[in-house]
Amino acid sequence: MSAPSSIDVGYVAQLARLKLSEEETRRFQGQLEQIVRYIEQIRRLDVAGIEPTAHAVDRSNVTRDDAAAPSLSSEEALANAPVRANGLFMVPKVIE
Amino acid sequence: MNYEAVIGLEVHVQLRTRTKMFCGCENEFGAAPNTRTCPVCLGLPGALPTPNHAAIHLVALTGLMLGCEIAPRCKFDRKSYFYPDMPKNYQISQYDLPTCRGGGLEIMRESYPKDAQKKVVAGRYIRLVRIHLEEDVAKSFHFETASGIDFNRAGTPLMEIVTMPDLRSPEEAFAFLSTLKLVLLYGGVSDADMEKGQLRCDCNVSVRPVGQEELGTKVEIKNMNSISGVRRALAYEIERQTEMLRGGGRLTQETRRWDEAAGATFAMRGKEMAHDYRYFPEPDLLPVDTAAWLDDVRRRVPELPLARKRRFVEMLKVSDSNAGVLVADCALADWFEKAVKDVTNTQGVANLVVNDLLRELGAAGKGVTESPVAPEALGALVALTDAGRISSSQAKEVFVEMFRTGRAAAEIVTERGLEQVSDAGAIGKLCDEVLEGNAPIVVQIRAGNAKAVGNLVGQVMKLSKGKANPAMVNAVLHRKLGL
Ligand SMILES: [Zn+2]
Repeated sequence: MSAPSSIDVGYVAQLARLKLSEEETRRFQGQLEQIVRYIEQIRRLDVAGIEPTAHAVDRSNVTRDDAAAPSLSSEEALANAPVRANGLFMVPKVIE
Repeated sequence: MNYEAVIGLEVHVQLRTRTKMFCGCENEFGAAPNTRTCPVCLGLPGALPTPNHAAIHLVALTGLMLGCEIAPRCKFDRKSYFYPDMPKNYQISQYDLPTCRGGGLEIMRESYPKDAQKKVVAGRYIRLVRIHLEEDVAKSFHFETASGIDFNRAGTPLMEIVTMPDLRSPEEAFAFLSTLKLVLLYGGVSDADMEKGQLRCDCNVSVRPVGQEELGTKVEIKNMNSISGVRRALAYEIERQTEMLRGGGRLTQETRRWDEAAGATFAMRGKEMAHDYRYFPEPDLLPVDTAAWLDDVRRRVPELPLARKRRFVEMLKVSDSNAGVLVADCALADWFEKAVKDVTNTQGVANLVVNDLLRELGAAGKGVTESPVAPEALGALVALTDAGRISSSQAKEVFVEMFRTGRAAAEIVTERGLEQVSDAGAIGKLCDEVLEGNAPIVVQIRAGNAKAVGNLVGQVMKLSKGKANPAMVNAVLHRKLGL
């Protein structure tokens, strides 16, 4: 874990594919450092002997049967596609 | 200096369920593009996933078949991922609490490539790290200036099986995948059809000087979609890495792509930085407690191919190679088991199945489930040879006719007058006739050339038009010659 003050807002923004202005970067730097300091505070709590929870709601095995439900028509599915061709969503060429 | 390869695999398996992992869209290959989608698998904002319990059960079943420890509690996590084939910008996967851990698989001898049977190391056991469950991404088609996306595949239940770096050669990787595929088919977990992308594989491969403990620089080859392709790609990559090191070069840790047409691997662009997936618990999904249903899944664990093969060899006296052929196809092994049900000569049945049935099926382009000869009918044919009514070479002839017409063995035998002569008196007469007409050979035999009896047996068979019981002819001649 890096020290709170060293949080790299540019890197975090890149991971989230966000383009931030210099002003935003400065502003978020302060806000994110505050959040990290808060997390650091929580990390100092002694949690030995406390069972970790996977979810805030204490339930498990909420699943569904393997039974088919109707799908959207191709027309509905593609309704918001900016570009489409031959029933496909067309996107800028993906480079492998 | 000699180098050895160290290989680990990440095998992705599409599960055989009726519907997708988190929605009720049909899990079906080959439908028209974007006709099996809904807000959940399109990743539309606000859509909520609900896990398909059949898929979770299939992962646990796979874990039980492969000797894994099944986690009492597992959960789902989000893996950040930016690509047009996953528009919600994360993939639901399992990170720190996967369904299965540990376990392993013993490679079957017959799983090695036919041309590499000499490289077989008996009883190789490949350990597994884990098996987890995730959702498949959409299928992309790359065109000249754009890419097209079909979301039918998005959200298909996908199981990832991760091995330890225990594999040492391309042939071993090939064999491991073949055995694994067979186990998956036995369990009904997946159709595992690589041509349909139901089984895909990433290979991690490095080389190191023989005797060195420390691992070399690892290269990942992505998205292999045929078992023989895996073998070729690994062979190429091991050669490339070894040559590089021999020439004093350095290897970089990178992801490469196998180009089947070029027969070479190429470094992939992009995606290099930021392998930071920022996993965190999926807040839309609750954890899974496996104890509630694990016993039900335990009852579904089938006899695995290797165990079945051992049973065929030990209990049914089938030869090792025949047993290998039989168990390599679950339906064929099932067929065989039906055929031997009321037959004592189980070897005879195995021979006819492996040689004659498979040959006729191959020629007719049919699968065993479409065989015009029922397994019980083949059992009845073998019973006829066992009772001495026809010889085993006649049985082969009768089998061809059974396959052609679908008629019963006894009917064909009677109609063709093939009934074998096992009457001691009749055979004695034929033998006498042949002995009388072959005085010089009899003299040779009496002088110690016992092998010449074979010639006389042949003559008696010919005289009987192939109908005499050859074992009896042999015995009678021996007795008459005082051997
Ligand atoms: Zn859907």
